[in-house]
Amino acid sequence: MKILKILIVLLLSIGFSNLKSDEKDYELKNKILKNIRCLICQGQSVYDSESEFASTIKLIVEKKINEGFKEEQIYYYLIEKYGDWVVYNPKLNKNTYILWLLPLLLFLLGGAIIRKKLKFKN
Amino acid sequence: MKKKFNLFILAIFLIFCFIVFYKGLNRPSIYSPKIINKIDIPTFKAKGFNSNSYLDSKKIFEKDIFYIVNIWASWCVPCRTEHPLLMRLSKNQSVKLIGLNYRDNLNNAKKFINEFGNPYSQIIIDNDGDLSVEFGAYGVPETFIIDKNKRVIKRFIGPINKEIIKEIKLIVK
Repeated sequence: MKILKILIVLLLSIGFSNLKSDEKDYELKNKILKNIRCLICQGQSVYDSESEFASTIKLIVEKKINEGFKEEQIYYYLIEKYGDWVVYNPKLNKNTYILWLLPLLLFLLGGAIIRKKLKFKN
Repeated sequence: MKKKFNLFILAIFLIFCFIVFYKGLNRPSIYSPKIINKIDIPTFKAKGFNSNSYLDSKKIFEKDIFYIVNIWASWCVPCRTEHPLLMRLSKNQSVKLIGLNYRDNLNNAKKFINEFGNPYSQIIIDNDGDLSVEFGAYGVPETFIIDKNKRVIKRFIGPINKEIIKEIKLIVK
């Protein structure tokens, strides 16, 4: 009887851990899909789109997760195939310097103008 | 004088913004990629259209000639419009056409080929779209030119037309 109880507890815990890992994979898949741009849609992520391209990418991402690919590896794979544009959060490289540094430059410029104005007032 | 200068700077800034937005809004918002030139073809194993056996990419692209990979599906309407052109192109001896049947029903695909003819020297099946993604494809139809060094040198998104056929013929000449 005791062994039966232990077996039931073990089976239940295995079942729950599987359920948890499935849930984790599902969350990871959604996270990735929300960060991938649907390249043939207008301003939609793959997650939001029902296009043929998006449904293919959804399948690929699911497959890659099942194969044990990590989030960054999946992004890298897609960037390799489609370029930086495919992700919503492009990495800092020579093509994206302006994109990343322009807001900072504008912020500094604005700060300098305000400082100058304040100094002038005083 | 200073006020005039400020107004001048403001005007320049507004004109700059106007030009940026005018140009930006006039551009089509659908992303069409710059041709990722000369990338190696992916290595893969794919199921053959007429047999249940798997074909190796090295075997498919074994000859030292130009290959054209055309992604098609029986459900794809533009594929029907480009098919007669592919039939004509298949008569060109200096190029081999490889068909990549994209996420299709095999029976429908076979009906399509029986009805419109088979321009391909080999057809491989891409049930989940993995292979198309390996090629960096956007959908169907899409056509890639592969040179003798087994590199993708040109891609055409959407159905091919007479101009594209002329371009292909010039490349593979």
